[in-house]
Amino acid sequence: MNATSLAEWSNVAVYSAMFALTAAFIAFAVGFAARGQRVLTPQRVAVGAGAPVIEAPPAPVAYPAGQRASHIGLALTWLSFGVLLVGLVLRGLWAGRVPWGNMYEFSLSSAAGILGVYLVMSLRRDVRWLGLFITGATLLTLGLAVTVLYTEAAQLVPALKSWWLVIHVLAAVICGGAFTIAAGITLLYLWRERAERLDRVTGVVTKLPDAARLDTLAYRILIFAFPLWTFAVIAGAIWAENAWGRYWGWDPKETWAFITWVTYAGYLHARATAGWRGRRSAYISLLGFASFLINYFGVNLFVNSLHSYAGL
Amino acid sequence: MSIDLETPTAREPGGPPPLDTAGFLRWCWRQLTSMRIALILLFLLAIASIPGTVLPQRGLDPIRVTDWIEGNPTWGPLLDRLGFFDVYAAPWFAAIYLLLFISVIGCVIPRTRIHWRAMRATPPPPPRFLDRMPGFRTWTTCAREAEVLDKAEADLRARRWRVDRGPCWVAAEKGYLRETGNLLFHAALIALLVSIAYGALFGWRGNVIVREGTGFSDTLTQYDAWGGGRLVSPDNLPPFSFTLDDFRVDFERSAAQRGAPRMFEADLSVRPEPGAPTEAVMVRVNEPFSVDGAKVFLVGHGYAPVLELRDALGRVVHQDGVVFLPQDGNFTSTGVLKSPDATPSLGFQGLFLPTAAVDDVRGPHSIFPAPDDPAVFLSAWAGDLGLDSGVPQSVYALKTEGMTQLGLEALRPGQSWDLPGGNGTIAFVGLERWASFQIAHDPGKEPALISAMVALLGLMMSLFIRRRRVWVRVADEGAGVTLVTTAGLMRSDEGEVSEDVDAAAQALGERTLA
Repeated sequence: MNATSLAEWSNVAVYSAMFALTAAFIAFAVGFAARGQRVLTPQRVAVGAGAPVIEAPPAPVAYPAGQRASHIGLALTWLSFGVLLVGLVLRGLWAGRVPWGNMYEFSLSSAAGILGVYLVMSLRRDVRWLGLFITGATLLTLGLAVTVLYTEAAQLVPALKSWWLVIHVLAAVICGGAFTIAAGITLLYLWRERAERLDRVTGVVTKLPDAARLDTLAYRILIFAFPLWTFAVIAGAIWAENAWGRYWGWDPKETWAFITWVTYAGYLHARATAGWRGRRSAYISLLGFASFLINYFGVNLFVNSLHSYAGL
Repeated sequence: MSIDLETPTAREPGGPPPLDTAGFLRWCWRQLTSMRIALILLFLLAIASIPGTVLPQRGLDPIRVTDWIEGNPTWGPLLDRLGFFDVYAAPWFAAIYLLLFISVIGCVIPRTRIHWRAMRATPPPPPRFLDRMPGFRTWTTCAREAEVLDKAEADLRARRWRVDRGPCWVAAEKGYLRETGNLLFHAALIALLVSIAYGALFGWRGNVIVREGTGFSDTLTQYDAWGGGRLVSPDNLPPFSFTLDDFRVDFERSAAQRGAPRMFEADLSVRPEPGAPTEAVMVRVNEPFSVDGAKVFLVGHGYAPVLELRDALGRVVHQDGVVFLPQDGNFTSTGVLKSPDATPSLGFQGLFLPTAAVDDVRGPHSIFPAPDDPAVFLSAWAGDLGLDSGVPQSVYALKTEGMTQLGLEALRPGQSWDLPGGNGTIAFVGLERWASFQIAHDPGKEPALISAMVALLGLMMSLFIRRRRVWVRVADEGAGVTLVTTAGLMRSDEGEVSEDVDAAAQALGERTLA
């Protein structure tokens, strides 16, 4: 197989992944729509005799058909993730390096990061209800990648030729996936929380888990992502010291990574402080995600930075 | 400012400040160390960082700063006075992070004391109504009470729980390292700040351009730019020297990202100290070399056309490479040659193009960074160079006031130009490369790295370790039957304790659920 056909096969893989993901999106949508249509058995919180009676709202139980649809959705997401990884590997083989040389490749990797984090979550708990939003966000990322950000593969500039590229970017890509999912769940939380507060849990909102569960889920993702982000920043600093002679230089990318870090640190503190839990800390975590996005899109495309590797 | 999970309201001072001085100061201190103020400081820190990514910064790009100020005569000088072009060294930026760190210290110290006491205390006895607690289970067994408690204690100890034993109960607690990690994280952040400050006071960094075949020795006068901390003496730089023997560079030639650098590397002969034998060293981007506490980084490169200048008398007044500084990605470079020794004094402004092209819009410019078709465009001037005026001049700029322009000419390698008016001859005889090096010494970077790693470790401990309690209680039901009860309590803000209770129950051989 010659180099050009490697590139073509990589593109074929990416488009196939998008196709599978679209199918997954539809399957998840069917599954989501079927959620909570019929409550088979009101679920009770498993507590012993005499325990304080916590009236748990009846958890939505899907129709078997809806359940099957979201099962299919999850399977298709696995398929899409695998095919996307193949696409990334082919792209890397073509260029003879890790596939992190420009924004097209970063975006493919971010999409794989979102799917990867979601699929790992799905191994531990039932998060099929979330699939609709995950596949939607990933399709958006991939769509942006193939239309706006597409770049022919090329070699790396010398500053990027380092093992730290693998370590630093891999950590950042996984964090990107986790931050995205957490932000999505936080938005759903705010939606659901508002409905619960106004006592208007009707319509589509009923298909979401209750606000407390959404809040906890977002928190669990973020306490995984925050140390990883810390690590990504430290790895970046070690690399910067090696490449540019200083470990921290307030380059716009570094500064926005710092702002993201500080904001998520604020979220963790807020969530542990009375009067800041719930909605307020949710807004803070969304601000953290906003600064992550600014760092990814804004700095790569619009700011003159040592990290401006968009390749556009 | 550390996360207080157990008593989140304890640090929320309320009420108006007292009026006497001591009371007021104490009130200020409590405010400063409160979580609310710490959160506000954190956000201020994030917001204060933003202008530095939008406005050009002196530390990164001083030329763009000057341009910006000139282009915005109203806002430019005002923002400049307020430190907006050097945000991360501005007093208001320092004020925020110093207040934040004082807040952290004011929180970490009392919490360390509390945690120290907690670590040495025994787990509290079970509450009266265990059935109200999470993970509650109860069953009966034929084992004697003491046997059950022995077994429970042994099992919990074996699984590294801290255990206390009462007449009819066993209490166990685990996860003290959560708070230890939390305190460690915050202490490490303080250590990180101290390391950065230490590096800033005792570190130094300089930049130097070295042409192929020439050398550099580490003294202040040889640097093009040098900056050091307040406590550095520039007279005591490490006495190493090196020669740039060869410099190789390679650019992308295919259509995608055409002209992007692909490789550059420099061969150096390094002499660690005067009189020592030289060692051959190769330096690349990402592969600096260390010598005598200093690190030498390859940061840039460019061209130095070799120009031979004869003056009106026919004497060779210059025959050497002239460093031209690249202005764009294709290495359209500008440079200046000054020859005060010529008769008359001559000055040249030059444009060097590694692959020359001329068009109506951009004028002469380079279309590829490699020297495929090099050319030098020169503008010759005669007259007083102003070098004797005492005002320091840049070697990269020609002051043309008081000089007369002789003419313009484009030269290819090997070509020469007889200056108009019989003022001499200049020839473009060859091409050299130069490399620029950053030489830095930062004694704070190892402590900073260690602090950062400890902070990461502490952070993970404080997020992933969960503090929880488990109790086992026994009661004699008569007729040789013992009633065993277990339950737990999660002391961190989330998570399930029932798994721990289940494990304890299993170890006791729970068979029949009551």
